[in-house]
Amino acid sequence: MTTGGPAVGSVAVARTPGAGAVLGFARRHPVGAAGAAVIAAMALVAVLAPLLVPYDPLAPDYGAMLARPGPAHWLGTDAFGRDVLSRIVWGARTALSVGFAAALVGATLGAIVGVAGAYFGGLVDLLVERVVDILLSFPLIILALAVVASLGNGVGTVILAITVPMVPRCARVIRSSALAIRRAPYVDAARAAGYGHARIILRHMLPNVMAPYLIMVTAFMGQAILLEASLSFLGLGVAEPTPAWGLMLKGAAVDFAETAPWLALFPGLAISLAVLAFNLFGDSLRDALDPKLRTP
Amino acid sequence: MRRIAAALLGLLVLGLAPARADEEPRRGGELIFVVPSEPPSYDAHREETFGLIHPLAPFYSLLLRIDPTDPNGSRIVGDVAESWTESRDHLTYTFKIRRGLTFHDGQPLTARDVKASYDHIIFPAAGVASSRKGAYVAFESVTAPDDRTAVFRLRWPAAAALALLASPWNFIYSADRLRQDPRWYETHIDGTGPFVFVEHVRGSHILGKRNPRYGRPGLPYLDGFRATFVKSDSAQIAAIRGGRAMVQFRGVSPAEREQLQKALGGEVRIQESPWDCANWIAMNHDRKPFDDRRVRRALTLAIDRYEMASALSKITIVRDVAGVQVPGTEYATPPAELETLAGYGRDIARSRAEARRLLREAGVTEGFRFTLKNRGIAHPYEPVGVYLIDQWRRVGLDVSQEIIEPAAYFSTIRAGDFEVAVDFQCGYLVEPDLDLYKFQSTGVSDANYARYRDPVLDDLYRQQSRATDKAARGRAVRAFERRLVDEEAHYLMTLQWHRIIAQRRQLRGWYITPSHYVNQQLDTVWLSE
Repeated sequence: MTTGGPAVGSVAVARTPGAGAVLGFARRHPVGAAGAAVIAAMALVAVLAPLLVPYDPLAPDYGAMLARPGPAHWLGTDAFGRDVLSRIVWGARTALSVGFAAALVGATLGAIVGVAGAYFGGLVDLLVERVVDILLSFPLIILALAVVASLGNGVGTVILAITVPMVPRCARVIRSSALAIRRAPYVDAARAAGYGHARIILRHMLPNVMAPYLIMVTAFMGQAILLEASLSFLGLGVAEPTPAWGLMLKGAAVDFAETAPWLALFPGLAISLAVLAFNLFGDSLRDALDPKLRTP
Repeated sequence: MRRIAAALLGLLVLGLAPARADEEPRRGGELIFVVPSEPPSYDAHREETFGLIHPLAPFYSLLLRIDPTDPNGSRIVGDVAESWTESRDHLTYTFKIRRGLTFHDGQPLTARDVKASYDHIIFPAAGVASSRKGAYVAFESVTAPDDRTAVFRLRWPAAAALALLASPWNFIYSADRLRQDPRWYETHIDGTGPFVFVEHVRGSHILGKRNPRYGRPGLPYLDGFRATFVKSDSAQIAAIRGGRAMVQFRGVSPAEREQLQKALGGEVRIQESPWDCANWIAMNHDRKPFDDRRVRRALTLAIDRYEMASALSKITIVRDVAGVQVPGTEYATPPAELETLAGYGRDIARSRAEARRLLREAGVTEGFRFTLKNRGIAHPYEPVGVYLIDQWRRVGLDVSQEIIEPAAYFSTIRAGDFEVAVDFQCGYLVEPDLDLYKFQSTGVSDANYARYRDPVLDDLYRQQSRATDKAARGRAVRAFERRLVDEEAHYLMTLQWHRIIAQRRQLRGWYITPSHYVNQQLDTVWLSE
């Protein structure tokens, strides 16, 4: 099947459904598409970081400590003479890897818990919901801080710390969608066919709550990047000399805030841009996938 | 020794000490100061952090103390000791204890409490940690023949005996409390100091109020104090800048000093001094490959200390390349001789080539990974950690850093839960006994976190401690230094610190010294408005 048929007089181009959907999305949601483009660019920059950066992000240059932005160092250098641009580019790897991993794992676990609660109902649902209520009563950052404080810092712990608060948030949203389909004929049919609970949940219910799941994943990524930056800024995330945006905002960036504002300005902009991009994309994705919000 | 140290340090103290003789102290007011770290426990005999001294010293008395009005921070005066005598053979010190001193719970203080406190420090019971007991190897016994007399008997004459008895860590505890539970003071506070404990709200503050029964008439001047725990450096500076705190007694960085001067002008006073403190790197001898002398030597050879001093002194509180003694003091190794030690040579390329050779010889492959555990205090720990990691990368090592919360730092390194850790050694007086005790064998010194046993080093410590001739003591100190940082490379020295205190103008009667452990009883401190 092709979408977007050729205009009269133009050359017919066969498009894949994906490309058509992407173009359609871009036409209907240009702001979201801009967000997606920024995310794609960030991902590309993160992947190609070793080829793109002008300097080793870990290598100090004590002859160029706190150098202003200029031809040699476009975004200046930090207190150790490390190139800020190179550290921001490499920092995208940390931000995106933590963001993707935490959002994906958190949303997936949340989806499984939410669908399982809706599917089983009764006492299971009651217990799941109460645990979710308890976890939701903690602000995001407090729960993440508690996890890091108990397990120590490091990339793995930070991912876990961000994942934990994501689970109940996703579980609550997905459960409400799953409740609507738990009595759907195809679920009843699967039950009648004697399929096990796991198969029904994973094969028949989960695929049908993909729309809210994708929206949650996208929304979580922005939050996860912000949370990772917050934890690193508080000294509880990744540790120096790993390039990370939140980490770049602490230490010398605070000490030299008045004399070397570029230390905080550029990593701050990187965080803002990333979060904004994920939020814009997430909002547009929600509009695109939610039938109630579709323009007739 | 004290006289020379006083003179040297007097010359080195750079600060614009607040005017004093012509000012009449004013009574009243609450001193609010920020403390970057919270006490891990309340027991000063056990702990090693200023996070304990700063908020808790005002609750306690000492046998002797450093005169709080001496800007050199070296003159020893009596605290609960009214007077003392030294025997001709320098083996017996007899102290007369002042009358009328009472603990905050109302019990009178006697020589029995002095004896119990020093027994707790020098001869701790099993299961009781005493971080500085290794400094007291010359002490044979403590007795209290009557309520007003405490007698310290030494095994050999020790030049540092009085300095050791003036330690700001040696809070005088109640003998009765210690008898009931030798660990009671880890969780409780009861002293004879100028302030009485009011409350400790974890993560927030410790509050003290004036002790109406304090043993020094007319003191303290303050009605009370509030030690506020603020971990973030920027929040500490913001507190001083905004008038919510008057001082942070540990020290600020050069950038923070400039920020405060620019923002507050004449409202802030700056005092500066060399700092009897340095970061040492503990390499855990219980973990491979750090049990191998060649690996430890490689780690020290990789470091360009001269570049480190030049670069890091611009952004943090370190300044001088040093051996085991503060540069310029009596027993410090001259720079030319220092350059003959591993890691102190000027030819860094040659040192690093040697480091790579040693690593290969020890079977440590290119890209070998280990974790450096560092204390979660910004200055100077974080810059020092970043610098070291880069230096070790240059000899093919792949080092990551793990930051330990200050409150959990000591329990982590005491438990040996690290490969390589940023440690420190700070003295309250520049004196080899005080500066070197830490590095004796584990078991002799509870503060040796590198966990090695080296009888040769222990013997050298005793030699320097017992030497009555200064030249002989100097030779023993140098031999100790060479074995510690070069031949065995048990520990790795980084740089000596430099202390900067920024205080609000109204804070008076407090003088900077080369130690951030002394002058913290606050009985002579007052507020001008």
